Parts: sequence; C-alpha cells; structure tokens
Amino acid sequence: MSENELNSPGYDIPPELQGQVAITTLDRLYNWGRRSSVWPLMFGLACCAIEMIVSQASRYDLSRFGMEVMRPSPRQSDLLLISGTVTKKMVPLLVRLYNQMPEPKYVVAMGACASGGGPFKEGYNVVSGIDRYLPVDVYIPGCPPTPQALINGLIRLQEKIDKQSIKQVPWYRKEPIEAIPIPILGPDLIDPRKIPQIKNRKAQEG
Amino acid sequence: MTTAAPHDVPHTVQAGTPDLAARFPGLVAPDERSGYSGWIVTADHLVQVATALRDEFGYDLLSSVTGVDYLPEGKMEVVYHAFKTTGGPGICFKVQTGRDDPQVPSLVSVYPGAELQEREAWDLLGIKFTGHPDLRRILMWEGFNGHPLRKDWQEPYYEDEAKPFKSRSPEGHVYRFEDRNPFGDNVRYPEDFDPEKWTPENPEDLLYKSLKTYQAESPDGIETDHIVVNMGPQHPSTHGVFRFVVALDGEKIVNLKPVMGYLHRNHEKIGERNTYLMNMPYTDRLDYLSPMSNNFAYALTVEKLMGITPPERAEYIRVIMAELTRIANHCMCIGSLLNDLGAFFTPMIYLLEERDLILDVFEATAGSRMMVNYFRFGGVARDIPEDALEKIKGLAFERLPRILDEMDRLMSENEILRARGIGQGVLTAEDAIRYSATGPLLRGSGVPYDIRRADPYSIYDRFEFDIPVGKNGDIYDRYIIRLEEMRQSVRIIQQALKQMPEGPVMVGKPQYQFRPPVGESYGRVEGPKGELGFYIVSNGKPTPWRYHVRAPSFINLTAFGPMCVGQKVADTVAILGSIDIVLGEVDR
Ligand code: SF4
Repeated sequence: MSENELNSPGYDIPPELQGQVAITTLDRLYNWGRRSSVWPLMFGLACCAIEMIVSQASRYDLSRFGMEVMRPSPRQSDLLLISGTVTKKMVPLLVRLYNQMPEPKYVVAMGACASGGGPFKEGYNVVSGIDRYLPVDVYIPGCPPTPQALINGLIRLQEKIDKQSIKQVPWYRKEPIEAIPIPILGPDLIDPRKIPQIKNRKAQEG
Repeated sequence: MTTAAPHDVPHTVQAGTPDLAARFPGLVAPDERSGYSGWIVTADHLVQVATALRDEFGYDLLSSVTGVDYLPEGKMEVVYHAFKTTGGPGICFKVQTGRDDPQVPSLVSVYPGAELQEREAWDLLGIKFTGHPDLRRILMWEGFNGHPLRKDWQEPYYEDEAKPFKSRSPEGHVYRFEDRNPFGDNVRYPEDFDPEKWTPENPEDLLYKSLKTYQAESPDGIETDHIVVNMGPQHPSTHGVFRFVVALDGEKIVNLKPVMGYLHRNHEKIGERNTYLMNMPYTDRLDYLSPMSNNFAYALTVEKLMGITPPERAEYIRVIMAELTRIANHCMCIGSLLNDLGAFFTPMIYLLEERDLILDVFEATAGSRMMVNYFRFGGVARDIPEDALEKIKGLAFERLPRILDEMDRLMSENEILRARGIGQGVLTAEDAIRYSATGPLLRGSGVPYDIRRADPYSIYDRFEFDIPVGKNGDIYDRYIIRLEEMRQSVRIIQQALKQMPEGPVMVGKPQYQFRPPVGESYGRVEGPKGELGFYIVSNGKPTPWRYHVRAPSFINLTAFGPMCVGQKVADTVAILGSIDIVLGEVDR
C-alpha cells in the first residue's frame, strides 16, 4: 500500500471525531512500537564494541532511536549486535545466544570483522563473517564503523522493520522455527550442517 | 633496502647485567649469534639459574616468556626477559631444546608470573613445561589440531610464507580465500578425520578437573562439594569476551581460573606473514583503548633492530600522543570500574565525554578515532595539524586539569566506591612482583615501578613527573592511582608542548618495505595497563621471523585468581575491573 492509501482509509470520519481519532493499519502500529524500542543485547565482542558504547553515551546518544535499553540477557533482547571479530571459539556461544533470543529478533553485523572476517580474516581462529551461521539483517562497513555509521545502520534496521508485515514474518507462522545447529569444536570448527560435505571431502579434493 | 648493522651499540638487555657465564661456568654461555644478546642456559639448570637471578642478582620481575621456533636449525627456544623492580636494564636468558618433543622445566616455582605465559607457549608452539602445575591449552580449545605458531603449521587460508602475496602483487589478481578452500570456509581437518566416527570430547573437562572440587565429610556425615560457577564470556562485567570459572564454598571463592581465547585473533601468526610496516595497524587492534602506546612500543622495537632514532619533534609528538592515550584509557577504565561497582553509567558518561575530545585530536591528526596507525619507524606519519595542536593545548592547560579535579570530587568520596573498594581484592607488593604484575596493578601495591622512570625510553628522562603508588594494594588504591596518573600525564603533556621544537617528523624517506639486520629485539613501554613489550626476531627478510607481544592485560590476569580467593563472587567483578583488561590484548 502506498503512503497515501494508508492515510486515507476510504470511508468518512464523522466531523466531531476528526482530529481525535487516528486510523492506521495494525502492521504500522505494531511496527511503530517495535522499531521505537529495539533492545540490543548488552554484549561487546571486540574493538567495535567500544564504538558501540560510545554511541550510547551523551555525544551520540542512541536513546534518540529508542535503543538505549541494553539488556544483558538474551531472553530480553531483540537485537544481536555483532560488534567485533567472531572467533571459532566464540561462535558456538554466539549461536546459542541467538537461539535463546525470543522472536522477533534481528542481527546486525557491525564492522568489517563481523561482516566478513575483516583484517583478521586469514587467522586460523577467525570466522569469515557471522553470516555463515546467523541470518544478518544489516551490515555496517568500517573498522570500526564510527558511531554515526552505526546509527545509520540502525536506522536502516528500523526501515527494514517498517516494511515488515505480520502476515508474512516467519515468527507468526504455524510451523515452529528451527533453531540454528550449534557448531562443534573438534580438531577444527565443525558446522553440523556441513558434516556430509566434510565426509565426502576426498571426492571434492580430487 | 638494508640498514647498516647497529649491533655495536650495546643492547639494553646486555648493558650492566651480571656475567652469568662466570657465575655458572659450563652451565650458561653467552648468546653469540650475530645480533643476539643475553645468555643460553642448559635446560637442566634453568631453575637453578633463575633462582640465583632472583635471589642473588635481584631480577625479581620475570617480564616475558615466549618461545621461538627455529625451524631451519631444528630447534625450539624459550626466551625469558627479567627485570629488577628497582630499575635498570633487564636480562635475557634462553633455553634451547629439540623441535620434535620440546621439553623445558617450568619456572612457575620460581616466578609464578610465568604460569599463563608458559601455557600460551605450550598451546601455540607445543613446548612442554615439565613441572607446570596446570599445563592446558589457553587460547585455542582442548582438542584443536596442532600448535599454530610452529613454522611448519599452516592455517586453512594459507597462501604463501610471506606477504605481499605473489598472486596479488604486482599484477593484483584478487580472489577470496574461501574459493580455494575445499570446504569454502576457514577450516581444515586432519587427513583421516571422519566427523561421524569421531567422538567429541568435552573441551571443558580438563578445566573443571583443574578446579579440583573437593569433597569433605562433616562430622554429621553430610557430604559437601564445591559449587562451580561460570561467568562469561557473555557477561556485561567481564569487559568483553572474558570468562572465568570459580569454585565456591558457600559464598566464598576457593579457586578461580580465567578462561580466555574467545577473541584470539592470531596477531602473532598473521604478524609473521606481514611485512614490518603492515603490522603497525594491527597493533592498534591489540589494546584498542590505547592504540598510540601500542604503536609506540612496536615502533621502538623495530627501531632498535634497525638502529635508527626519530627526529626531536617526532619524539615529542610521540610522548604527547602516548600520554593522551593514557588519559583516554584511564577514563574508560575508571568509568567501567564504577559501572561494575554499581555507580551505573553516570561517571562513565562524564568520562567518555573527555575521551571523545581526545579522540577528536587523534582523528584530526591520524585520520581515525580509534585505529590510528600513526607511528612509523623513525618518526610519525604526519605532523599534528594546527587546529589539533590548539585542541591539545586547550585540553592540557585548561580543560583536563579542571575536569580531573571535578571527577575527583565526584567519585573519590563516593560511598559505593569506598565501601566496595577499600580493603577488597588486596594484592601485596611481594605477590604483585611474583605474579609479574605491571602498571597500575603493581604500583597500586606500593611498588614504584614505572618503565618511564625505571628504564627510560624515548625522551621521558626530560620530564618531571611523579609516580603515584598505593599503600594497601586494594581496589580503591588502584582507582586513585589511575586518577593521579592522569594528572601526571597532563603535566607531561604541558611540558612537552612547551619544549616541542619545530622540524621534520620522520627520518629519511618513508619506507614501505625494508630488511632489518639479522637479530632479536625486545622493546617495551609503560602502557596504560602495564609493560607492553614486543619481542621480534629478524632473519634479514622483510617479514619478522618471530613477532611476539608481551601483553600487560594478559599477564596481569595471572594475579586475578589469587586476588579473588577468599572473596565473594560479587567482588570478582570489581577486582577484574580494577585490573583493567582489554580482551584484544589478553587474547591477541
Ligand atoms: S572491524 Fe575493525 S574495529 Fe571492528 S572488531 Fe574488527 S578489527 Fe576491530
């Protein structure tokens, strides 16, 4: 629906009620509520987390966007802000945190490391981007992204929330959403979804 | 380009150190490789020599322990650097062993500060330290395949021994590492690995065993056991992804083990593939709260190797930047310490405001708020612009002295801080030295050891400043010391601004690639968190053969467990906050 259609419901509002009643769609009301109170998980991974903290402080002040309530528990948060390098040792825990968050939930990859490995990509303990494990909604470039860039990314997330509809979002469907399988620390990191591939690697290498 | 061999200049580690070969004839020999210094001790007599160094010669602070893999010679070497807390140059001694089954006696019985560092050498290089009380992996997980810093161990995204990679330079064929890996990901498994036949072992088992939960039977026949509590890595008070496990008897802590590696980003392995200059931006990301002093330590180390000194103006700029970084770091540290104690966010937000003003200066000068990449070998990348200089003057002469007094009034008498800080988390001076603590942690315990004074580098001998020390070694003392250190930093900046001459900020032309002479070099600075050292071994190539970071936050954590024993769980948070760690540096 276009903006105009949304604002004109197509039936008459009695004169005495004009200016007193607002009519909107359920989606818009619902999205307005959610986009204005996104609660990020209070969790910093690496250098990018420092810029995240600074964004919360007085100069940049994330509370202007309703995002200042950082919750230390995944059970109470909507947004997983991956603020730094994801290592192999850390990724099982991150996936677990994500699985513990109630829906609706979003993931923002902040910085080069979270988006694709960044300066440490070639390191033996570094995951080449969190999107190999979690569905990422917004990527924010930078090393580290400045607070302005982070805020810009979060506004993008709000725009994304604005476009969602209750009818289509995955978390109101009948079938349950599968949890993401937790990677295993073996001789190297093992993604359970890739076990057949690991088994057949001889064929692949040959 | 090759720089002339500078090694007729005495190495700091060599000058004025005792003649160990005369004291231990036949057991200790001088290290006579060209460009090296120090002593080579036979493995069997290591403990004996170390004890003598500590008790007879006064080298009470074992600063750094690390290993080097000399693959071509088929040898492993463990390198120790020890210093006196009364000041003066340090001593370096080494032990050599074969590569196939490297075994070296552990020095934990003489210097308990070696504990975590020896574990790291075991984890990354596979050197077994016999007699170590708890030799487990530390940065990687138990069960990981291989010891990554060995020269013949290749990472999954391995492309070549050294950068710049031939595929990228000079023609510049860029590709993604993933596209060449059979799994399309940063993984490699042993040849015969079959994920379905493999039985996973719990990587945590050894950790929990090491906590040694006891079982005691009380007279009335009730069996009791310790409770094990995990904190982190996702915990708001662990300052990042640090984790520790405590064993509790009721509410009292009986044992505490730090668990780290959740941010192990392989600085050292990547650093050994990079050229010297390529490592400079990586050092920013070690202790990302004080990038300038990381740059400083690395630049000093490489300059020592190359035998160059920066011009006067650059020296002053370096000092100013390093002291600004110290203030910025302490702002963050004090803010989060009070946060952890329950003075939620107000002090933090006040202090972050000052930190932001300092970061503005960094941004104007170096181009980035946090990742400054500002120092070069033989100077700094560019001069401070006029307006940034004005800002620094405003901060140093006007704003910061006023704000620091205001902070002092706001926080130092704060009831929460005093109640939870005074008499808590006490570390005695003897223990602090034994555990190789440095920085505010050591000075908080009453040891006036500051490298800027004890073994001056750069131009620190030209400034007047005091070294604040604590009396009781508790959390409150560490807080007060940091506040006082910020004042002293302001003093140094004021003097430096007054004395700073005009002139170039770099010797010679900027060089992107060079070959330092063969040899080793250990350079250190008094970082905001303690002694930050770099140990570099050059084999004459454009990339370092060994690149090791002596990270203060990592080594200060050795004292964390002993400090917490006997305290309550809630105090661990405050004690950790008062050590001031940054995970980028702990895990590297
Ligand atoms: S993107 Fe840069 S600043 Fe962010 S975590 Fe990675 S290295 Fe640090």
